[in-house]
Amino acid sequence: MKLSFTPGKRAFEMHGLWFANRYLIARRLTQAFFMALFLTGPWFGLWIAKGTLASSWTLDFLPLTDPLILIQELLAGTWPEMVAIVGGLIVTLSYLLLGGRAYCAWVCPINPITDLAAMMRRKLAIKKGWTPKRNLRLYVLAGILITTLISGSLVWELINPITSLHRAILFGTITGAMASLAIFFFDLFTAQHGWCGHLCPVGAFYGLLGEGSMIRVSAVARDRCDDCMDCFAICPEPQVIAPALRGERTGTGPLILSGDCINCGRCLDVCSENVFRFTHRFDQRLQSTSDIDAAGQLCQKGG
Amino acid sequence: MFALSVFSRQSAALPNTALRPPGALAEADFVSACIRCGLCVRDCPYEILALADLGEGPAHGTPFFVARTGPCELCDDIPCVAACPSGALDRALTDITQSKMGVAVLLGRESCLNLQGLRCDVCYRVCPLINEAITLDRRHNERTGKHAILEPIVHVDKCTGCGICEKACVLEEAAIKVLPTRLAGGTHDAHYQFGWEAKQEAGGELVPGLIDLPDRGPALPGGGS
Repeated sequence: MKLSFTPGKRAFEMHGLWFANRYLIARRLTQAFFMALFLTGPWFGLWIAKGTLASSWTLDFLPLTDPLILIQELLAGTWPEMVAIVGGLIVTLSYLLLGGRAYCAWVCPINPITDLAAMMRRKLAIKKGWTPKRNLRLYVLAGILITTLISGSLVWELINPITSLHRAILFGTITGAMASLAIFFFDLFTAQHGWCGHLCPVGAFYGLLGEGSMIRVSAVARDRCDDCMDCFAICPEPQVIAPALRGERTGTGPLILSGDCINCGRCLDVCSENVFRFTHRFDQRLQSTSDIDAAGQLCQKGG
Repeated sequence: MFALSVFSRQSAALPNTALRPPGALAEADFVSACIRCGLCVRDCPYEILALADLGEGPAHGTPFFVARTGPCELCDDIPCVAACPSGALDRALTDITQSKMGVAVLLGRESCLNLQGLRCDVCYRVCPLINEAITLDRRHNERTGKHAILEPIVHVDKCTGCGICEKACVLEEAAIKVLPTRLAGGTHDAHYQFGWEAKQEAGGELVPGLIDLPDRGPALPGGGS
């Protein structure tokens, strides 16, 4: 079946605007919330989170450090302060719980930009374009780590568009954010899901963390799937869906266990049949049809 | 990746007006340690620190200050160092007067008012280590023939490189400027020693039993020496 350029239309018609976009809205609010934690300080003098996504202090109590930056620093030959190591462990454990690439979907400031590009691609009906292998980003990750080791310098942090954009917003270093603009046009015209889906080494790193993460999406009611393909059309990493959704034929469980899944919940949004739901990685249960009917009615009442 | 490596080396070349916060490791080590989180910027009470934008000079995202617009005020508790999670600002620095952010150099000898025989003295007066890092050296004013010239002398071993003198210099373009230490001071070859220092260290002549030959002077008229 052909991928729709308007995924989620039927979910919208059946369940309403809010229900068909509930995770998208929750994600945008979460992204804005994390940005606001950092912005209340410089804007209003009310300091909640200080620093950037590289390393921060929240309420002078909670240290957080990006584990990938810590790894780069160690490879460059510097031993960080204990507070950074503790912060890195907290972040690592958090994403092992929440889903490695949940960072990509719920926190990363680049995500709204690439989501916008993906949406415009659908609206303008632009074909897929350049499609390198998904594991290219793992080579990019290996490349930056080796270069860091050889050069003894944090080379990736000179161009890292994520921390550049975050610094641009918080510290006004606007030129550094130009990479974000390049990413937008790259994703719009050159490659579908080009940056986050194929190149970003930060996403690749969190993807490796995500291979063991606790919260996962499950195609719990996959026998209700009517092959509308909307989840494949909306998913930024559609290769993760098939093994779980079509697993009945191969005897695979309903869980999406691939670290590539960013836990964005868009499949839950656009599915008119409510096939998917969030659960933990050991939950192999399938939902029977009668349960789903009840759940669907509840959703319609709630939505 | 090679290009990125070269790019990183270029980025390690710090422009001469950009100074690192107190306690910063040597530039190459600093760039490999600093994670560009901005916590030092946030915790500087005088808000002198900024994170470098792309193309601004210092490696993208690393903190720096410019003495002429905002010098380091030498806080006793050194909050920027306390804030640094990466080790790029070394916590071994506990006494701010021991910091080495750079060295002040009186570059504008033709423009410095004191060197023209006037009594400006501003750099000397504002120096947090007055009479230690900057002293006034008195000598005769040849131009007037009857006045003194009081020359500000910076003592490299005491100067913290805070830049308060550069900020305060009354000229349109400061005559005294803080330079990175690598530019400001000369460095001997490793093997070079001053004879008198070596002598003191050794507690006597380094080469014993030297024959002291008589000094030969110019030949005097009428023969003899």
